[in-house]
Amino acid sequence: MNFDFTDEEKKFREEVEEFVKSQVPPDWDDKVVYWPGGYGTNPEMEIEYQDFCKDFLKKLGQKGWMSLGWPEKYGGRNSWMKQAIVNDVLSYYRMPAGGIAASISGPSIVVVGSEEMKQEWLPKIAGGEAGFWLAYSEPNAGSDLGSIKTTAVEDGDEFVVNGQKIWSSGAHVTRYAWMLAKTDPKARKHQSASLIIVDCESPGVTVRPIINIAGKHSFNEVYFDDVRVPKKNLVGELHKGFYNVMLALQFERLAVGSGLFRRVLEELVDYAKTTVNNGKPLAKDPEVRRKLASIAIEVEVFLGFYWRSVWMLDRGQVPELEASGLKLCFTELGRNMAGLAMDILGLYGQLDQGSKWAPFNGRVCLGYLDSISGPIGAGTSEVQRNIIATRGLGLPRG
Amino acid sequence: MDFELSEEQKILKKTARDFLKKECPKELVRGLEETETGHSPELWRKMAELGWMGLIVPEEYGGSGFSFMDLVILLEEMGCNICPGPFFSTVILGALPLMTAGSPDQQAAYLPGIAGGEAIWTLALTEPAGRYDASGIRLRAVQEGDEYLLSGTKLFVPDAHLAQYIICAARTTDSPEPEEGLTLFIVDAQAPGLSLTPLKTLARDRQFDVLFNRVRVPKASVLGKVDKGWPVLKDILDKAAVAKCAEMLGGSQAVLDLAVQYSKERTQFERPIGSFQAVQHHLANMWMDIFAVGHLTYKAAWMIDQGRPAGQEAAMAKAKAGEAYRRITILGHQIFGGIGFTMEHDMHLYHRRSAAEDLAFGPSGFQLEQTAQGLGL
Repeated sequence: MNFDFTDEEKKFREEVEEFVKSQVPPDWDDKVVYWPGGYGTNPEMEIEYQDFCKDFLKKLGQKGWMSLGWPEKYGGRNSWMKQAIVNDVLSYYRMPAGGIAASISGPSIVVVGSEEMKQEWLPKIAGGEAGFWLAYSEPNAGSDLGSIKTTAVEDGDEFVVNGQKIWSSGAHVTRYAWMLAKTDPKARKHQSASLIIVDCESPGVTVRPIINIAGKHSFNEVYFDDVRVPKKNLVGELHKGFYNVMLALQFERLAVGSGLFRRVLEELVDYAKTTVNNGKPLAKDPEVRRKLASIAIEVEVFLGFYWRSVWMLDRGQVPELEASGLKLCFTELGRNMAGLAMDILGLYGQLDQGSKWAPFNGRVCLGYLDSISGPIGAGTSEVQRNIIATRGLGLPRG
Repeated sequence: MDFELSEEQKILKKTARDFLKKECPKELVRGLEETETGHSPELWRKMAELGWMGLIVPEEYGGSGFSFMDLVILLEEMGCNICPGPFFSTVILGALPLMTAGSPDQQAAYLPGIAGGEAIWTLALTEPAGRYDASGIRLRAVQEGDEYLLSGTKLFVPDAHLAQYIICAARTTDSPEPEEGLTLFIVDAQAPGLSLTPLKTLARDRQFDVLFNRVRVPKASVLGKVDKGWPVLKDILDKAAVAKCAEMLGGSQAVLDLAVQYSKERTQFERPIGSFQAVQHHLANMWMDIFAVGHLTYKAAWMIDQGRPAGQEAAMAKAKAGEAYRRITILGHQIFGGIGFTMEHDMHLYHRRSAAEDLAFGPSGFQLEQTAQGLGL
C-alpha cells in the first residue's frame, strides 16, 4: 500500500497550487459562500462573477486541466489522479471548477459517445466553453429515476422533447441540458430512456427559478414544449440511458470538492484557537476539542473514500460501492460540519452575509442551510445505504 | 497511491485465515476462556512454526524482518477469527520495545527467544490511575549500587502469568513534567518480590494486578536510557493502538459477515429479514464504519513503516475503531435478536472484545483528545 502521491504528482500539485493561488481575486474569500457537500449556493455567485468565472475556466481549459482523465487521443493525460488533484486544489481555494461538463458529460462522451459526438463536444468541454446542467429529476421521479415522464419522440432526424425537469441546478446560467428522457415509454423501466444533449436556447424551453432554503437561486424547474433536438445529440446507444447515467456516476464523484473539507476544517480549528469566549480560548473547551477531533477523523475517512475511488478509476475499475460510500460520507460530513460550525460560533453562527459581525462572512449561516441538500440530491443517503446493502453486501431487495 | 495488498501480503492473509479457522475454532476460543491460563501451548507452538512471533523481528535475530503493515494484516485475521493467548503481549509489547530501545546485547539476548516462540513477554505500564499518559506512572525505581529497587502496583497487565519477562515502566526521577524521569526495565518475572493477582475481566482475557515489592533489577536491564523512557513508551503506545485497531477491524468484519449471512437466512413475516430496509441500513452503516477503520488503520501502519511521525494517525484510527467496533457489535446484536444474546452464540465473543479493545491503549474519548492536540488545539 501507498498513501502518497508519486513524485511527479507532487510536482504537478505544486504547479496547480501555484497557478490557482495566483488567480484568486483579492476579495474572493469574503464573497464566495461555497460550503462543502452542499449544492445550492454556487450559481448566484457565478452570475455576479460571470466574466471572471468564464475567463478562469478558459484558462483551466488552455492548460488541459479539465480533461486530464481522458485518453491522450482526446487531449487528456490518462490520469484521473491528476484531474482529482486539480479538483482538490480548486475546491480548497473555493475557485470555479468544470462542473457537470467536465465531471459527467465529458467522461461519458469519451466512453460511450460516437466519434462525431466526440469531435463536436470534447474540445468545447475541455476548453471550458460548454456548460451542462443535469436534467434527470422530475417532480415524480426523485430517487426513483425510473419513473421519469419526459419524452423524446423520434421524428425524422430529430427528437421532440416534452416534459418537465426539476431541481435543475444552474439551468438559468448554463446552456446545455444533459438529459435523461423516455424514448421507448412502453419498454421495461430500465430499457425505456435515452441520454441526450438539449440546447436550452432552442424554442420551447422555459426556465423558472426555485429559491432554495438558503434564499439562493440555484435550482430551477424547466419546461420543455415540443423542443426539437438533433439526433446526433444522442449520447451512447438509444434506450440505454439508464446504463449511461450509472456509468457517469463513477466520474461524478470526483467533483465533490475534497479540498474544501480540508479548508473548512482548518478554518474552524483556527477560529477555535483565536476566539476567546468567557475569558478563555474556545480551543480549551473539551466539548469543542472533541467535536473538532471527530470531524477531523471524518474528513480523513472521506479523503480515504475519495482517493481510493480515483485510484480505482485509473486502474480501470468501477468504484460503484466506493462511490456510494463516498456520496453518503461526504454529504453527511458537510451537514455535520455545518452543525459543528454552528455550535462553535454560538450566537454568531446565525449571522447571514453582509453583517460586519458575521464570522466567515456568513458562510456558516448559509452552509447550515445549504448543506441540508447534500444528503438528498443525487441519490439520498437512504438510497446509498440501499445500494451498499443490496449490491455491495448482496442482501435481497425489499 | 496504491490501496492494494502486495502478493506476499495476500498470501500471509490467506494463510493466517486458513490456519486460524482450522487450528483455532470457536470451541477452542470458548474452552480457553474457562481454563486457568487461557493459553494453548499447542496453538502457540504451531503459530511459532509459521514464524508469526518473529514476523517483524529482524532476520539477524531469527525473525523474518517483515513490515509493521504485514503485522497489521496478521492481527486483522487474529481479530477476525479471535485468537486467544499472549501474541499481542509478546510481539507488540515485548519485541517492539526491544527492537526500538534495546541495546545490541539485549536484542541478541532476547529477540531470538521471542522469534522462536520460546519466550513470552508483556509490558507493565498502567497503574491504579488507569491512564495511558505519563502522569499515571508512579511506580518507583530507586538505584542502589548496581541495582534498582522497584516498588509499586501495576494494574491491567496482560498475560503476566505466562510472561518470562515483564517490561516495567517506572519513575526514576521526580520532575514537574510527567514525561521526564521515566525509565523502562526488563524484569525477570520470577524475581523475588513480584506477585500477581488475576483480574476477572469483561472479555475473559488475562489481566493482572502486579505488585512490585522491592523487586531488584540489575542496571544492565534498563531498556533504553535512564529517565528517558517516555518517548519509547509513546512510540509503543502508538504502535499498540494501531495494532489493536487491526484486531478490531478484523473483529468488525467478522461481525458484519455473520450478520449479513444471518439476515439472508432468517425469515420473518415470510421474507428474509435482510430484505427489510431497517436491517439493510444497519448493515450498510456497519460497512461504512469498517471502510473508515480500514482506511485509518492502514494509513497509520503505512506511516509507521515510512518512519514518519504517526501519533496523529494512530490516535485518529483508535478513536474511530473503538467507537465503530462497539457500534458494530451492538448493531450485530440487534440483527441477531434473541439468539445473539446467549452464551451458545458467537456474538458475545466479539461484543465483549469490542469494549475491551476500545479501552486498551486508550478509549475513543482519550484518543479524541490526543487528536485534538494533534490538530494544534
